[in-house]
Amino acid sequence: MKTLPELLTFWQTQAGKLGEQTLQHIGLTAAALLLAVVLGVPLGLWLTRRPRWAPVVLGLAGILQTVPSIALLGFLIPWLGIGPKPAILALLLYSLLPIIRNTVTGIQGVSPAVVEAARGLGFTDWQVQSQVELPLALPVLFAGIRTAAVIGVGVATLAAYVAAGGLGEFIFGGIALNNPVMILAGALPAAALALAFDAALAGLQRLDSRRLVGVGKVLLVLLPLLGGLYLLPRASSKLQAGFSPEFVGRADGLPGLRRAYGLRRLPSVVLAPALVYEAARNADVDVIDGYSTDGRIRAYGLQVLRDDKRVFPPYYAAPVVRPALLQAHPELRPVLAQLTGLLTDSAMTELNYRVDYLHQQPRAVAEAFLRQRGLWRDPRPKVPGAAVVRLGSKIFAEQYILVEMYAALIRGATDLSVETKTGLGGTTICFEALRSGTIDMYPEYTGTGLQVLLQPSPATLDSLNGQPAAVFDYVKQEFRRRYKLEWLPPLGFNNTYALLMRQRQARELGIGSLSELGQYLGR
Amino acid sequence: MADSASAPIIRATGLTKRYGPHAVVQDVSFALHPGETLVLLGPSGCGKTTLLRLLNRLVEPDAGTVEINGQDVRRQQPEELRRGIGYVIQQVGLLPHYSVADNVAVVPRLLGHAPAAIEARTAALLRRLHLPPEQYAARFPHELSGGQQQRVGLARALAADPPIILLDEPFGALDPVTRTQIRRDFRELEELRDKTIVLVTHDVTEAFELADRIMLLDAGRVQQLGTPRELLFQSANDFVRRFFAAERLPLQLRTLTLADVQPFLPPGSQLRELPAKLPVHDALEQLTSGPKRPPSSAGVGALMHAFEQALQAEPV
Repeated sequence: MKTLPELLTFWQTQAGKLGEQTLQHIGLTAAALLLAVVLGVPLGLWLTRRPRWAPVVLGLAGILQTVPSIALLGFLIPWLGIGPKPAILALLLYSLLPIIRNTVTGIQGVSPAVVEAARGLGFTDWQVQSQVELPLALPVLFAGIRTAAVIGVGVATLAAYVAAGGLGEFIFGGIALNNPVMILAGALPAAALALAFDAALAGLQRLDSRRLVGVGKVLLVLLPLLGGLYLLPRASSKLQAGFSPEFVGRADGLPGLRRAYGLRRLPSVVLAPALVYEAARNADVDVIDGYSTDGRIRAYGLQVLRDDKRVFPPYYAAPVVRPALLQAHPELRPVLAQLTGLLTDSAMTELNYRVDYLHQQPRAVAEAFLRQRGLWRDPRPKVPGAAVVRLGSKIFAEQYILVEMYAALIRGATDLSVETKTGLGGTTICFEALRSGTIDMYPEYTGTGLQVLLQPSPATLDSLNGQPAAVFDYVKQEFRRRYKLEWLPPLGFNNTYALLMRQRQARELGIGSLSELGQYLGR
Repeated sequence: MADSASAPIIRATGLTKRYGPHAVVQDVSFALHPGETLVLLGPSGCGKTTLLRLLNRLVEPDAGTVEINGQDVRRQQPEELRRGIGYVIQQVGLLPHYSVADNVAVVPRLLGHAPAAIEARTAALLRRLHLPPEQYAARFPHELSGGQQQRVGLARALAADPPIILLDEPFGALDPVTRTQIRRDFRELEELRDKTIVLVTHDVTEAFELADRIMLLDAGRVQQLGTPRELLFQSANDFVRRFFAAERLPLQLRTLTLADVQPFLPPGSQLRELPAKLPVHDALEQLTSGPKRPPSSAGVGALMHAFEQALQAEPV
């Protein structure tokens, strides 16, 4: 067990970040919880007076609860942008159901005789609610708040995807980088927070209902204060960067850039890879990481900053396959080879543009391209019991398109049946799926194979010196030796990491390359 | 006792309440004078509880009016109206998160009485209802027996000294022994002496014991409104007769007093020394449970004989 000391070291070196993320996490959860209580309790009270609406409202809140949190965030971003707003709103929506439902249940559980007596004695409706029903419903209501808090702590990890910070930054960074220590560094405090929230509220719940009223009031004061933690001043600077979790952690990502170009005064937030382009386009951030062939570069008016010191290694795409597949079906090799060297940078950017921006189906885009190059053949009729080739892809458009091309080629030229497993979360997931035989093949990039999977020593890296051919040979050799996996020849384009800015801003500031960015920031 | 010369404190006119097509109270009218006790009697579902709740606007009528002290209740805020009317229900409905003292103090607090006065009043009421405040004031409702809870409920209704008290089967949920005991306390409670009381029950004995007048209801309609004696001896219809049939004798024993049987008692009977208002039932109780049992014929036999003759003298 090396993990524990590594974890402690990680926390030690990242103590500042850990503290900041924990405070953000508490702040997010508390702010959302407060809003949920402020909204949910009156709504629940109202429902007890209008029972006809209860199924509608509770049903709606229930549906919200079933929307996957990441999808909910996705819906909120076009409307609220990135940052704490969509995160808090999403958390709020998740917290709402238990609070409304328990308010209603709690109040319905109050003995009708007590309410009848209170009315008969001359309590107004408001007094019945505030002095009789609410205090008596408080234990049940509290259980709802407790549930909401625990859900909230969990969902708040996703806030990292929309640049709202929190402990999710470590977790998603760790997932993206295949770094279990980093995942634990975020997950353990998150779990501890959930337990702490739960225990604290459970302690409150045990108090009798008279004191609970007081506690409720304290909570109403405390929650905004906790929520305020989120608003602690952050460093401000000329430019704001937004990076995907993977980029922040990997050696050829941000750390490498900082070493080569300085970039010291570039504060960054972490957000979901799918959102960085949107964030740059909406000027939520100014500098983002991206891929040089991404279709949105053209669509959103972004510009690639030249990597004049060649920090980013070459990322030539090539299929990685299980050798067993080629041995069992030698006819596949020439079929797969049809794409070799066929896709240039501009060709790939164009295809990505169609999918990412014009929202065409990857399959249709793949078919159109193959037809245009004269490679299209109608799929052969299905042969019962035919062997299955399972194609995997990571979760972005380029990979979908490539996988669709391979699928079409295999269906047209062989009797093999094809199964696609698209949308595998990241490099590690694809790679592990391939090693375990869950998939037979997926498109990978030489740089990714080098940096993320092989992780060679700095000396080896220096010797390769970013030479495309050298990198490919090294990767191919090492994959064969270490993992018994086979790299086929590259497809032609180099989808390397890049830093991007809005074209207009870059032009105004006179920034065309990373060195110029470093100079601008250093000024 | 009713003072029919004074203006009525409660006057109900043509009260009707429907739930859907079903009329639970139909065209009910009555006038109640200060200090009078009216018992609403009838089988379950006859509308007696709804009628009671129409009086303090817990239910609003579809037709008809309620006037209290000559003023239409609809011209008053319902909450303010209710604060001026004591209210006791069968399930008691003490606020479980309030102590006994706080429960009793609820209405005076709503009315904004001075804290010191509230405290003194609460203590006095609890003492009067056999719940010594030193022992009970700080307790919570769940720590009390059913009978004790109902005593607190009664104290709560009396706390602000309202001229009118509405009681909905106040003793219905109690066991027979406790019920008899609380009923006796209730009858003897000084605070209630000059109150105007409307009490709902389905217990005939209870009605005869407590009522100045009884309103017998069936299916939302008044079958008869009158003194217990009128209902028993001058029943308005078959329903009334049938309603009392099962308990006719005990009711007669409770209704006729020594004054009624006096003419038929043998001269010089010691019974003539008892109060004339004493019901025959109570006189019999004294004769049979006293410390010394007079073997003379001047006792039970003479009383029963006189009772029988008095019954025959009643108009039927």
